[in-house]
This record gives sequence, structure tokens and C-alpha cells, in this order.
Amino acid sequence: MIALLHRRARRWALNGAAAVGLGYILLPLVFVTWLAFFHQEIPSFPPEGYSLRWFAAILDQRKFVSGFSVGFQLAALAMVLGLALGVPAALCLARRNFRLRGPLANLLLMPIIVPGVVLGTAMYVFHVEVENGLDMDVIGTFYALVAGHIVIVIPWVVRLVTASLSGVDRATEEAAQNLGANPWITFWRITLPAIRPGIVAGALFAFVTSFGNLEMSLFLVGPGRTTLPIVILQYLEWKIDPTIAAVSVVQIVLIGTAMLITDRYVKLARVV
Amino acid sequence: MADLALNGLSKHYGDFYAVRDVSLAIADGEFLVLLGPSGCGKTTTLRMVAGFIEPSAGEVRLGGQDVTLLPPWKRNAGMVFQSYALFPHMTVAQNVAFGLEMRKLGRVDIDQRVEETLALVRLDGFGGRLPRQLSGGQQQRVALARALAIRPDVLLLDEPLSNLDAKLRQEVRIEIRELQRQLGLTTVMVTHDQEEALTMADRLVVMNEGAVRQVGTQRDLYERPADRFVAGFVGRTTFLGGTVKAPGRFRSDGGLALACTGGRPGRAVLSLRPERAMVGRAALSGLDNSLPGTVEFVSYLGALIDIHVRLSPKDRLVVQIANRDGGFTPEVGQPVHVGWPASAGQIFNE
Repeated sequence: MIALLHRRARRWALNGAAAVGLGYILLPLVFVTWLAFFHQEIPSFPPEGYSLRWFAAILDQRKFVSGFSVGFQLAALAMVLGLALGVPAALCLARRNFRLRGPLANLLLMPIIVPGVVLGTAMYVFHVEVENGLDMDVIGTFYALVAGHIVIVIPWVVRLVTASLSGVDRATEEAAQNLGANPWITFWRITLPAIRPGIVAGALFAFVTSFGNLEMSLFLVGPGRTTLPIVILQYLEWKIDPTIAAVSVVQIVLIGTAMLITDRYVKLARVV
Repeated sequence: MADLALNGLSKHYGDFYAVRDVSLAIADGEFLVLLGPSGCGKTTTLRMVAGFIEPSAGEVRLGGQDVTLLPPWKRNAGMVFQSYALFPHMTVAQNVAFGLEMRKLGRVDIDQRVEETLALVRLDGFGGRLPRQLSGGQQQRVALARALAIRPDVLLLDEPLSNLDAKLRQEVRIEIRELQRQLGLTTVMVTHDQEEALTMADRLVVMNEGAVRQVGTQRDLYERPADRFVAGFVGRTTFLGGTVKAPGRFRSDGGLALACTGGRPGRAVLSLRPERAMVGRAALSGLDNSLPGTVEFVSYLGALIDIHVRLSPKDRLVVQIANRDGGFTPEVGQPVHVGWPASAGQIFNE
């Protein structure tokens, strides 16, 4: 009897702690979403009424639209190039045994650990040096921005693809070779389908990371070519109205949808 | 199908020899089993035949052709892996068709060959399933079908039955053996399970520490083991440590004077199969050796009974008797006599 009560108490404590944690994460999202539908311009409680005017207001602000478009192109490009670099890197780390494997694996995960501001500063200084050295436009160009984002995208790709590679039975690759497939065919027909979940998840996280990055991007964007988080920050400096909330809601919905769609094909909980 | 020859095959990693100078000739249609404890080099040998490991020395000849330096995908060897290694994202039919696609056969030929091969392993109608929808035994048969579909020159089996439960394993052993005979497949199987090896093989190769210890039929290995390792590994035996005093005279460490055959004077062990000794209430007449002892342990196995008899403080012998109606079954603590003819024991000098 007492044991039963004990077990129940423990379960309640666990569930309670989980609920507090979840609430802590979700509450800001709930408030932002709520705020986006307020009618009045100055956010105050209780709301004077509800409307969709702030969503319409987004489209009136060219900065938001262009920020979204730049950010989207940037994230898509960083994701594709990040995959092109990260997948082979993950294969190499998981499959080859070489002396600098450990340090290299850590190096590729570093960009997650290094603060964005530090990374941005370093990147900026590097761009200045390159611009001086090569005598060509680097600072503030779109491609410099892409190059920077590839760095922060690679850790996700490497991490998720490595994780899914560890679940692949090496014997299936040997079986394919035994049946007459050379290494190239083996990769395309056996290995790649097996790690597809990791690649899809890696791509998704790469995209989201790039799209939402603020700190590093601040150092790398050029005039008239900023990403959405920066536009939001700049807007907030001189105006507080629910437009920002509406923009955030659009972002949340887009990313949430992308995750849900991905999850239909690849169980994210299994790879992340 | 073709014959297979390994000539002086070795593989070393630094100073460590995984396989040392292995030479074997496997005739067309023969079923050869590589038997040995884990780490004895049997799997490394098989993987060198398949081409997954490059030998440090020696050659592999398949059908008279030197394939030592050919990559796995250019050798026509069909392998069944311990984990089966089925392609999880392909159906059974796609798994079996894979090797045929690599050989660029036409779609019609492939479909026909897949169907034939699946029928051969009694999996007709399962072509559309995914591997994870099959039982372990069915997966094993898909792996076999996939290896057979390419009509390999040699079939390589790497512990193919170790993931099946005991009862199924016994059935599959016989199935594979019958299929192998029917198709005349040159086959090399690796196993650590001696019962499996004895059931399936035409000839066995006992390996230990990278080297071949003995090659022969089941009878050769059991009746005439080449050394102490083989005697201990194939079948059961009791070893009594001691010294050969003179031809035919063995003195155990416990001081027993025993009649024996063979062996040189010097340190040696006497090996005696448990079923070759007899146990009785009184001294056994007509046997070269008859010794008094005390029963220390009795293990009832159904058809057979193992009796562990203490002959001296340092010598204990296992005697196996058939469980017959009215037969003498001693009990623990009972004084008994144990006997055997000198020819039943075997001497291995150290």
C-alpha cells in the first residue's frame, strides 16, 4: 500500500516537473500568439478586441517581406551546401579510422558551442582580411553570409547523420558488395536509403538554425540585405506594436508545419 | 560451382597473426566447415575468401583463377551473413533480385530467377514482404536465397544459424545440407558450434590461434585427434595429466599406474572419451585398466548419464553410460570401479 502511494507520488512529482518545464518553454509562444491578434496598437491587458490587422500590416512593411525572402534563400542555400559538406564528413567520421578523428569530430560540432557573437566577430574579421587580401567585395555580400551560415549548419548535419549511420548494419553494405555492387552503387542503393532519416532531420535543423540565426548574421549582413530576425530587432528599436508578434506567429507556424511534415516521413524523435 | 583453393593464406595486424599459413583445397560440390573457438581466425579466413579482407600473404584460387586481389564485387561468391544483412528498405523479392540487377540481367529473367530461388527456400508468395515482417527463420532463408540467386561459384556461410533458436537450428541445418547436396554447391561454413559442424560437413577444419590444427572427416577428428586441442574441442574428453614412463606405461599426477598405447616417454596427458570407459560395482575383468574410485557427481541427461568419479586426489574421470532399463546407475558417494582398454585412451605429449 505504502509502496503504491510512493510510486504514485513519484509519478506525480515527475509529471509535475515536466509540466513546469514545458510551460516555461511554451508560455512565451502562447503570449506572442495571443498578442498577434490584439486589436490595439499598444500592447496592454486586457485586449480591447481582436483582429487580423497586424498580419495584414506585415505585407505593408517591405522590410519584413524582403527579410523573409533573403532569410529563406539564405537558409535554403546554407542547408544544401551544408548537406553537401556535412554528409561526406559524417561518413568519413563514422567509417574511417584515422588519427585526428576525435579532434575533427569535436571541431565540426564547435560552432554550436561557440557564442554567435564571437563567431560573428571572427567571421567579420576574416572577411575583412579576405577582402583586403583578394581585392574583391566580400564584406556584406550575400555569399559571405551564406558561407557564414554553412558553418553553423554543419554541426547539425554531421551530428544527425552520424547518429543515423551508427544504426546502419555494416554487413548490409558488405552484402551488397558481395552481390556485385561496387562501393559507389553500394552507397546510393544501400547506405543512403538507410541514413535518409538522418539527412532529412539534418536538413530541417540546418534550415531552422540558419533561418532563425540573429547574432552571427548581425555581423555579416550588408545594407538593404538583412534577414528576418534582424528586421524584427530593428523594428523593435523604434516601435512596439503587435506586427512583431504577427511575424513571429508566421515563423512559428512555418517551422512547426515543416517539422510536422518531416515527422510524417521520418520520426524525428528517433533520430534527434 | 567451382573448386576453391587457399594457398599459404596469412593475415597479420602488426605482430598479431589472425590467420597463419592456411592451405586448403575444397573440391567442387564439397561442404567444408571451419570450426574453432572465437578468435581462432576462421571468420578472417572466410572474409579473405569473400574479398573483404586483403591477405598479407598467400593466394585464393576460385575455379582455378587467382582472385586474391579482386575486390568482393568482382568475385562470384555468395555469402550468408550472421546477421543476415538483409536490405531493410527492400522487399524480399528486391533483396533477392539485387545481385541479379548488378549482373545486368533482363527484368524478365530476374523475375523468373527470383521466383525460382524463393521457391527453392520455400518462400514462394513472400516476395512482397519487407524483411522486418518475417520471422528469424524466414529472414535466414531470404539471406540464403539472395546468395543462391546469383549462382555463386562458392557459397560462404558465416555462422548462419547462430541467431535461430535451438529447435529451428536443428531443422535448418538439415535443410541447408540437403539443398547444398541437391544443387552441388561448393560451400564453406564457419561455426563455433561443433554439433552443427559435425551434422553438416563433408570435411572439417579445426582452427585455433590462426592456424589449422587438423583437417578431416568427423570420424577422423573424433577418433584420431591430431593434438590435445582438437581432442578437447571436438567431442568431450577427460584429460589426466602425468608422465609416460615407458612405452605403454602412463603414471598420472595422482600416482595411478595406467596402461596406454602410443606416446613418447616424458610429460603427457591421457585423453579418454567419457563413453569409452565403463563403470561397475566390482573390479572390471578383461580390461587393461580397472581402478577403484568414488562417485562425486552424477548428471542425468535423459538418454545418457554422466558420472564423475574421483580416482585419486588429483585424478577425476567422467564416464558416460547409457540409460538402460535395469542398468547400473551409481549414486553420489558410492564406491565403484572404472575401467577401459588401453586402446581407448590417447596420449598427447607436451
